[in-house]
Amino acid sequence: MKTKFFALTGASLLGLMMTANAVNAQQSGYLSFLIDNGPQSVAVAEAWVAAYTEKNPDVTIDIEVRPGGGEGDNIVKTRLATGAMADVFFYNSGSLFQAINPVQNLLPVTNEPWQAGIQDSFKSVVSAGGEVYGTPFAPAMGGGIFYNKPIYEELGLEIPKTWEEFMANNEKIKAAGKTAVIQTYGDTWSSQLFVLADFYNVLAAVPDFAEKYTANEAKFATTPAALRGFEKLQEVYEAGFLNADFGAATYPDGLRMVATGEGAHYPMLTFGIGAIAETVPDHLKDVGFFAQPGDSADSNGLTTWMPDSIYIAKSTSSPDLAKDFVGFIGSPAGCDIRNEAVGATGPYMIAGCELPADVPPAVSDMLPYFQEGGHNGPALEFLSPIKGPALEQITVEVGSGIRSAADGAALYDEDVRKQAQQLGLAGW
Amino acid sequence: MTAAAVPALKMQRRSLYPGWFYAPAAVVYSVLFLAPTFASLYFSLTRWTLFDATFIGFDNFAQFFREPFLIQGLVNTVIYAVITSGLKVVIGMALAVMLTSQIMARGYLRSVIFFPVLVSTIGVGMTFTVLMHPTLGMINQTLAMFGIAGPGWLVDPKLALFSVALVDVWKGVGLATVIYIAGLVAIPKDYYEAARIDGATKLQNFFYVTLPLSRPATATVITLSFIGGLRTFDLIWAMTKGGPGFASDTVASVIYKQYQAGFYGLSTAGNVVLFVLIAVLVVPLTMFLNRKQGHE
Repeated sequence: MKTKFFALTGASLLGLMMTANAVNAQQSGYLSFLIDNGPQSVAVAEAWVAAYTEKNPDVTIDIEVRPGGGEGDNIVKTRLATGAMADVFFYNSGSLFQAINPVQNLLPVTNEPWQAGIQDSFKSVVSAGGEVYGTPFAPAMGGGIFYNKPIYEELGLEIPKTWEEFMANNEKIKAAGKTAVIQTYGDTWSSQLFVLADFYNVLAAVPDFAEKYTANEAKFATTPAALRGFEKLQEVYEAGFLNADFGAATYPDGLRMVATGEGAHYPMLTFGIGAIAETVPDHLKDVGFFAQPGDSADSNGLTTWMPDSIYIAKSTSSPDLAKDFVGFIGSPAGCDIRNEAVGATGPYMIAGCELPADVPPAVSDMLPYFQEGGHNGPALEFLSPIKGPALEQITVEVGSGIRSAADGAALYDEDVRKQAQQLGLAGW
Repeated sequence: MTAAAVPALKMQRRSLYPGWFYAPAAVVYSVLFLAPTFASLYFSLTRWTLFDATFIGFDNFAQFFREPFLIQGLVNTVIYAVITSGLKVVIGMALAVMLTSQIMARGYLRSVIFFPVLVSTIGVGMTFTVLMHPTLGMINQTLAMFGIAGPGWLVDPKLALFSVALVDVWKGVGLATVIYIAGLVAIPKDYYEAARIDGATKLQNFFYVTLPLSRPATATVITLSFIGGLRTFDLIWAMTKGGPGFASDTVASVIYKQYQAGFYGLSTAGNVVLFVLIAVLVVPLTMFLNRKQGHE
């Protein structure tokens, strides 16, 4: 079968690739597949494995589950370093991908047939040393603000295009006796959104911020546009817009609250749509989405996140089978299975992948930013390898009034320096 | 006869078993303890990514002491150790006195006090995190029934560390109590009889007989709980992860976060610092406690 598969690599046309998958001789063997323990990831991984092993009954694929967040980073790094990584695994793209030493640990897939259908913007965040290592695990995401549509209708509010309009909306929502902004610092990572999702606005004001920041020439504390994200976090706290239990509430709480109308706005990444669809499906149509507003309506645009990725460990004992399985995930058939299993959460990075006709409103609200005439730009973590690990603690402090925005930004600049040194970047 | 017997006796004492019997233990000790200790001393001087290590001298230590939250972590660690060991001594002693006196259901109460020690720390932490939720937690809802607005136990930066310390005491006081019970039972009855003949009151009994004679138990409880408090990590991580922000960070949680972030050299340097800190605080403390004991 191997020769047959490689005979086709020259023809990189997507249609041919699909046929190749269809006419391929059956695979056999064993693979382990490591993913994070989010219900979405588990559901979609199980669906992929079920579909793949149905086509290839002689293949056994074991799904292994690990925690997410920093603990998961640890497990991935440790298993890679000890050569005990699963054959195929899920991990972040962008700056975190650079930290797992891809050239040494991962199997390059640059010239594999399915890579022809994958967008270059994705390839750029899973490449190192001139080789591509990743295949998209999910659709692209946006970072912005979920809002509760019934509250907007009830109070006659407009989608805000500037931060001022956003705060005016919040004021009206608060006056109506409702929670204007939901924050969930019980899951500290969720506190970073106002800062991270503001990056489109940073780029609009300082187009070369990412390069200067990587070269130790621009700082959050001393770049007014970059400091704005921290200031926005402080402003919503000081105005008293937050839910009473913002310090203890968790990410699932936040999604539930914005869906059921316990709160009006929840700053979050759009991957939350999948979880809403699963936990409160009746309210999925009540959730809309808009980009985090900047200071001018003319430069309104969405900060985007590249999806996480699927990688093959260099230590795998069955590289051909692993490639065949990953190629299946990275094909339109893989997207269809995902749509079926967990619903559509955003535009795909794979050519030929279609969104179903009836996407939830939060997804259709996001699409215009990606289409002609829309504006979007990548989050900082896809333009620079440096992300300080203490950001989530610092944003909790700024967002709950323990530390001022200016102090928080300065502290974050310190944190970033450590990361840059660890990565061995020049100029630090 | 005596001249020949003495060296024979000496020899027999010295070599009852061959020295090689130590070898298995020595191997285990070197492989599992000495080797990692010296390796970590080396890695604390490197910038280490798990994949490769670059020697950078004492930069990690300089960096670790520049950490803005480290000073707060150090202060928090000492506060936490003092609070938990202090409360465990006082409450443990009180419970032990109660549980060695003639009270109803003594055996049952002894087990009840000891049960929390047996429960997993993480489980305890997660349970109390739920109980201490600012609006939905059982503690604040109970307080609300009496018209009291409960504080944000774990989300108020001024309270978080103390809330965790209280849970630590709840969980650990059983062990202190058991040590004290053993200590109190070991006090010969003669002292109490003598005191009774002298007409001592119950209070005098406690302060002049029980308290001084349970000093070995006190020394053990203080040393164990103080060291435990200094290197505490699991409970803090399960309940606050050092938060909100950095408000309940201890040295151990700062080290763990560096490790999580992939700063392996830096976190190893932190462990060396923690090791020295414990040694510097605990060695004089044990010497002090043991010296007092010698005078009794």
